[in-house]
Amino acid sequence: MKALLVCEYREGKLLDTSYELLAFAERLGADTAIVLVGDAANVPRYSGKVHLAHVAIYGEYNPDLHKELILAAVDRENPDYIIFQHSSYGWDLAPRLAAKLRLAQVSEVVAIAGDGFEVGCCNAKMRRTVKPSTAKAVITIQTGAFTPQGEPQGSPTVEMLDVAAAGKVEFIGYEPAEEKDIDLGKAEVIVSAGRGIGKKDNVPIIAALAKAFGGELGASRPVVDAGWVEHSHQVGTTGQTVSPKLYVACGISGAIQHLAGMKKSDFIVAVNKDKDAPIGEVADVLIVADVMPFAQALTARLHK
Amino acid sequence: MKILVCIKQVPDMESRFKPDSQGTWFSEADLAFRMNEYDEYAVEQAVGLKELLGDSADITVLSIGPDRVVEAIKKALAMGCDRGVHIPDAAVHGKDPWQVASAITAFSQGKGFDLIFTGMQSQDRGSAQVGITVAELLGYACASTVVGFEYLEGSVVVRRELEGGGKAVVRMPLPALVTCQLGLNVPRYPTLPNIMKAKKKEISTVSLGELLKEGPLAETTSFYPPAKSGGGIILEGDVAELADRLIGILKEKTTVMR
Repeated sequence: MKALLVCEYREGKLLDTSYELLAFAERLGADTAIVLVGDAANVPRYSGKVHLAHVAIYGEYNPDLHKELILAAVDRENPDYIIFQHSSYGWDLAPRLAAKLRLAQVSEVVAIAGDGFEVGCCNAKMRRTVKPSTAKAVITIQTGAFTPQGEPQGSPTVEMLDVAAAGKVEFIGYEPAEEKDIDLGKAEVIVSAGRGIGKKDNVPIIAALAKAFGGELGASRPVVDAGWVEHSHQVGTTGQTVSPKLYVACGISGAIQHLAGMKKSDFIVAVNKDKDAPIGEVADVLIVADVMPFAQALTARLHK
Repeated sequence: MKILVCIKQVPDMESRFKPDSQGTWFSEADLAFRMNEYDEYAVEQAVGLKELLGDSADITVLSIGPDRVVEAIKKALAMGCDRGVHIPDAAVHGKDPWQVASAITAFSQGKGFDLIFTGMQSQDRGSAQVGITVAELLGYACASTVVGFEYLEGSVVVRRELEGGGKAVVRMPLPALVTCQLGLNVPRYPTLPNIMKAKKKEISTVSLGELLKEGPLAETTSFYPPAKSGGGIILEGDVAELADRLIGILKEKTTVMR
């Protein structure tokens, strides 16, 4: 069995998540080869073959061209699996490849299941096992689900890749993330507000609880997008990654993007009226209650 | 400007999900359905664009599924779409993303849509495949996970969301497809006059059999709750009592109460 791993490169760097692809291939028991649109000075530490296309020619985001390059590597390797991270790069490219090759795609795999692959569904509250009906398949894996064992080592054999094609999408440039005026990374306690707090008017009550703990206010993405809390407080994949001594999640259901930003906290308390909310998976204590009355009771208790 | 918006109806995600009799998807008993959240951003973006362009823009909203999905189509019409298309299929949950994308592609072929909006994924299945696959099959330019959208005479400039909160700005010629992400816009609530107006808008029916000639490329073999990682304590009861119990636990297990 052979797997072609599509590594990622952004803003002049190979992304570390590339090594998670190798960890996944190892679990599969597959032989591997890598394809990368990058540069020769930034190839992965790996003992195998890297099909390398110059980023200077093909750009960091040019999906039509990257698709053609990966197809050229597929021609050379004839892999059983083509594997991406389930990331802004991977989920964008994978369906293009799968459609072109008419292969099954399994998205955001979290585990290898008996007869297929385990993936999350229903906002991460449930799981399903998906089995490709095609002999070969395209797979995207959830970031963080397959962690590499030990430091990656080796230096690859590099074979250059080139295609003659034009892309429809023109990359103009990057916009940096908004400045973070609050460094949540230094806080010992973070109390975060999620959609379950109900309305913007309730934010000060959560902020008061954070203050009662001597901590900072955090927030989940929907609350930031709704304009209830500023982006500088956002915890998660598109915000800050934190690991305080205590993290209190108020009315946060626990989307994978939020969990990725806080699951390494020393102690996690979740307050949610839904006993099955996925935040319960990472919580040391799950308080099943209406969020606002509980937050007020806890603040009052801390002031005693 | 001809615009297509593809929407899906999904259960309220606060629901408790139980496997159906086949054990491959959820049982619909006791579930309330609504428009997929990401598709609401798609509808809003299309309607916002029509407001900019005036009546030269015409928005078709399409949904595949059992009769209940007509409710989601009606909501999109009340938000400002011009016409609805329902592709009835009581067993749509058994179709894989490839089949759904193939049906949408067959519907779209030859209709000359300049822009197609979809959600970046559905809240229930979450595969993030259908929109991009439709673009690939139609040969449209495509950008996924869009949080910023601007129409500039004959092309669109979009902002793609990246990990870490940064964005990639890209320009695409028409025809193009964008998949819409949380943060793109704030979907409007349909007003009563617009709900009344929407009742007069046409919802046509197209049979799936005419559109779908493809078999599935993947199948769901089981549906189940995640294995509990365990270790966590679950507390229920009176809030004041819960606060006391939590403080006790925090004193014992953490150093933040000193």
